Amino acid sequence: MARMVTTRNKVISTAAAWLVGFLIFFPILWMVLASFKTELEAFAIPPSFLFFHWTTENYVTVQERSDYFHHALNSIIIAGGSTLIAMLIAIPAAWSMAFSPTKRTKDVLLWMLSTKMMPPVGVLVPIYLIYRTFGLLDTRSGLIFILCLGNLPIVIWMLFTYFKEIPKDILEAARMDGATIGRELIYVLTPMAVPGLASTLLLNLILAWNEAFWTLNLSTLEAAPLTVFIASYSSPEGLFWAKLSAASTLAIAPILVLGWFSQRQLVRGLTFGAVK
Amino acid sequence: MATQQTQLLARTLLTPAVALLFIWMIVPLALTIYFATLHYNLLDPGSESFVGLENFRYFLTDPAFLASLQNTLVLVGSVLAITIILGVPLALLLDQQVVGLSIVRLMVIAPFFVMPTVSALVWKNLLMHPVSGLFAWIAHLFGLPAIDWFNDAPLFSVILIISWQWLPFATLILLTALQSLDEEQKEAAEMDGASAISTFIYITLPHLARPITVVILIETIFLLTVFAEIFVTTGGGPGLQTTNIAFLIYSQALIQYDVGSASAGGLVAVVLANIVAFFLVRIVGRNLEA
Repeated sequence: MARMVTTRNKVISTAAAWLVGFLIFFPILWMVLASFKTELEAFAIPPSFLFFHWTTENYVTVQERSDYFHHALNSIIIAGGSTLIAMLIAIPAAWSMAFSPTKRTKDVLLWMLSTKMMPPVGVLVPIYLIYRTFGLLDTRSGLIFILCLGNLPIVIWMLFTYFKEIPKDILEAARMDGATIGRELIYVLTPMAVPGLASTLLLNLILAWNEAFWTLNLSTLEAAPLTVFIASYSSPEGLFWAKLSAASTLAIAPILVLGWFSQRQLVRGLTFGAVK
Repeated sequence: MATQQTQLLARTLLTPAVALLFIWMIVPLALTIYFATLHYNLLDPGSESFVGLENFRYFLTDPAFLASLQNTLVLVGSVLAITIILGVPLALLLDQQVVGLSIVRLMVIAPFFVMPTVSALVWKNLLMHPVSGLFAWIAHLFGLPAIDWFNDAPLFSVILIISWQWLPFATLILLTALQSLDEEQKEAAEMDGASAISTFIYITLPHLARPITVVILIETIFLLTVFAEIFVTTGGGPGLQTTNIAFLIYSQALIQYDVGSASAGGLVAVVLANIVAFFLVRIVGRNLEA
């Protein structure tokens, strides 16, 4: 009896979950479908769901007309560069706070968190003027720098929460055996920290890839990453839905894959360890 | 001796991060405060002069400020309400025994990874277009008139798009919290004959109070400065109907080139965000001690 109820519940909740999941995912699916239609079919009423003339010409056109690879390369360099630099600065900082905490460590951590709370629009004017003065507008290095600073608090926080979980006894044992701090770092700490490092890297790549305030305001063409590239499709005269869809699919595909791998770490990273 | 060395090393390792973040926080903020006291327009170079609090008076009494403050509050409040009211049941559903849960999870979380410019444009064109959008076609199927979303309900349209982006975030956090809920507690309640509803009210909901607070605070931080979604769909219009504080400051700074007034507005945004940040930092801080 109880078993039957459970089975029935399972069927109902499975059906409901799949339906809701499908509805939430639908806009993305619809976009991917539209990217394989001709412009006419993408615009057609009634819409065709699967039985249309599948074509990949939009993808070719998007590359030819607006140089997708140029912007994709910018995205890779900017998101990758800012994340790597942030990691290089954050790893020592998080390591020191996790393994040699002082009375002030908690305050330092909370202060770092509070810098993330500053709305970017609050400092848009000075940053824009500084960038203009130093010729950093529309440069990759300018964007790398600002995205690196913007994500630094999150990177430090995530690494800190991971490092804190590494048992200290192991380090003490290594120290007893006469390991120097350098050896300790390389042979003991690093292997245990790799999962945490990897998920921090992944989450911040995603955040930097999708960042759309500084990229829209500080770059126009040369250094413009995919966020800006897509925004250029917003002009009414450029209403080419199939091409917009193809460009969008290309812009989100790589990050969607990475995102799916890192979804479990997402919660931890974005809540600063408040929800585990 | 060794500990002293370690302490010194620890401090050395920490310094670059602290110094960078300190500069990042202080320099632009100090400049914003300085610019806010100047008459400074990029279109009118050489005319910079000290005007005291004139910019704040101008910004705060500008009807555009009140309109955009209202839009900001409506936007933040609505998205919070939608994502939590839908997020709780959705998280409860995904916490059930579901066949193929990992695939469902992937579908639910996906919108969060879509860059804001893409989701805004796809929704605006492919779904919400008054003639050829999918919603218009669905309305037509049911014999209803199509809605011209961005003309008839521009702010609501923006809210809808942003809610779609943030629903996965709320759901995922609530789901993570649910999964850490003690199963035995629920089973004990069931054994004692508690109904599903009272189990939910007396056990699940109190357990969700904290993650819901966290969701509210973190979403608020991001939602206060929503920009890209407005930038690519409505450009703040029609009129001021979808202009929020962030977009107003942007347009004063980079369209009207009024540095002074935009800086004053920027400081208003900083104060607003700090009110929220104060509570978030306290919650996270409490957690740090545990």
